[in-house]
Amino acid sequence: MERRTRSFFPLAIFFGLFVLFLYGPIITIAILSFQGPQGGLTFPMNGWSTHWFADLFEQQAVGDIWGAFRRSLALGMMVMVVTVVVSVMSGLAFRKRFPGAGALFFLAVASLIIPSILVSLGVGLLFDQLGLRVHWASSGFGAQLTWTLPFGLLIMFAIFNRFDPAYEEAARDLGASPWQTVRHVVLPIIAPALIGVALFGFTLSYDEFARTLLAAGSYNTLPLEIYGMTTNVTTPVLYALGTLTTVFSLAIILSLLAVVWLMRRRAGRAG
Amino acid sequence: MTLARLPSAVTGWLLATPLALVLGFFLVLPILMIVTVSFWTATEWSYGPDFNLENYVFLLTSPVTLQVYIKTFTYVLLSWFFCLTIGFTVAFFLAFHVRSLVWQVALFLLCTIPFWTSNIIRMISWIPFLGRNGLANSTLIELGLIDAPLEWLLFSDFAVVLAFVHLYTLFMVVPIFNTMMRIDRSLIEAARDAGASGFQILTNVIIPLTKPGIMIGSIFVVTLVMGDFITVRFMSGGNSASVGRVISNEIALLQYPAAAASAVVLLITVLIIIAAMLRAVDIRREL
Repeated sequence: MERRTRSFFPLAIFFGLFVLFLYGPIITIAILSFQGPQGGLTFPMNGWSTHWFADLFEQQAVGDIWGAFRRSLALGMMVMVVTVVVSVMSGLAFRKRFPGAGALFFLAVASLIIPSILVSLGVGLLFDQLGLRVHWASSGFGAQLTWTLPFGLLIMFAIFNRFDPAYEEAARDLGASPWQTVRHVVLPIIAPALIGVALFGFTLSYDEFARTLLAAGSYNTLPLEIYGMTTNVTTPVLYALGTLTTVFSLAIILSLLAVVWLMRRRAGRAG
Repeated sequence: MTLARLPSAVTGWLLATPLALVLGFFLVLPILMIVTVSFWTATEWSYGPDFNLENYVFLLTSPVTLQVYIKTFTYVLLSWFFCLTIGFTVAFFLAFHVRSLVWQVALFLLCTIPFWTSNIIRMISWIPFLGRNGLANSTLIELGLIDAPLEWLLFSDFAVVLAFVHLYTLFMVVPIFNTMMRIDRSLIEAARDAGASGFQILTNVIIPLTKPGIMIGSIFVVTLVMGDFITVRFMSGGNSASVGRVISNEIALLQYPAAAASAVVLLITVLIIIAAMLRAVDIRREL
């Protein structure tokens, strides 16, 4: 094995510091959420307790966070399913040549890089003028899709750029119809990567804030509720909520990554 | 030939329809709506159809607009610079100094996981670090470096840029790492055989070949910072104004036509910047 260059160690230290920079703050609030009942927003720890977590379960203390959580969960699921289905369909579409493909791709990229506040404002205005009521499950849902679908589509491009068309040709040669080819050949091969699309769909929706703000109506999603709390809650209950929802996100991320890993391993064994 | 291609175009269109519908209704129509409303008039309690340029005249002649744009561009430049330097170094380490693929993937995931967690929580989590009695201040006092707590750590421009770098460096790491992984390693060996030093390989081989990734990451960081309104509000403690914040304030005051006009100007600014950057790279080829 080649000897490590001199630059390895400084770079490794830099990388370590970067990871610390990424995770340090969130670990700090995780620790601080166990403050004693008299504890404040900063160190030192004033005893240890689960007081602030218990506080979360008392409805009147911090507004309707459980309602907000349920809405965010439902919305995240809806966005996830639609993102996976629409991304796969569009991914397949972009492998064929169809008129307007360039324009549609341009639109998808534009959707990704357009300032979120424009989507929020525009959807709010549109619904207002159409006489429709803004609601998290209609306008909020649509506004979030403008954020998750382009990510899904870009992942599909990445997947199909690495996809070997020989599998499809083989299926066609064996007499499979186009639908059978997709159903029995293409989908099983790309399935692990689709978990990635689902991960993007759910987590981006679950944490989405800017595009939902003016499009969610009178019932808040969880990020909107937390945003509201930052202006009037000055106790570690904010940290407790932050810790819980981060743990929830991490659980989702890790379980989906585990599924990908298992599928890959199974596919590896079968192949 | 044309007959054989026709069905493919039709199925292509059918498959693309859901995406086109969603983007049409929730992106194109809303933007058209904003452009329309930007010419409307606001009354004290409502807003209604009209055609006047007052919103634009007010916006473009107000000295505040210029100040706000200068502030926003300052945030953009600083955040972009730090995101790029940090992101490039991290990606460089992962791509060229970590040798096993398993470790590369594992460390790469470690860097990307925060992307899937809440931005708001990640901003809140700076409070115990930067606050008046926070970790940074108490450490500095203990070391005897300062006598009184630094006031500019939290709720300041410093905190805003720090938060941007914290939130968006990932958007640099991912595309740069992706491009670096596709660099043919024999090119580097060739450079080394030809007598290039490590630094020369970096500047003459790796950086030029990584440009597309750098450009994609830069587009993300620049547009995210340009349009931001939450990070600036939260991390500056409401003391600084960026373009996005001005729009969100106008919305809060129900001044929709004014907000729409500001949004249109922001959109045009962002599009000009991106058009300039996109000339350099074809995104679809880089995935």
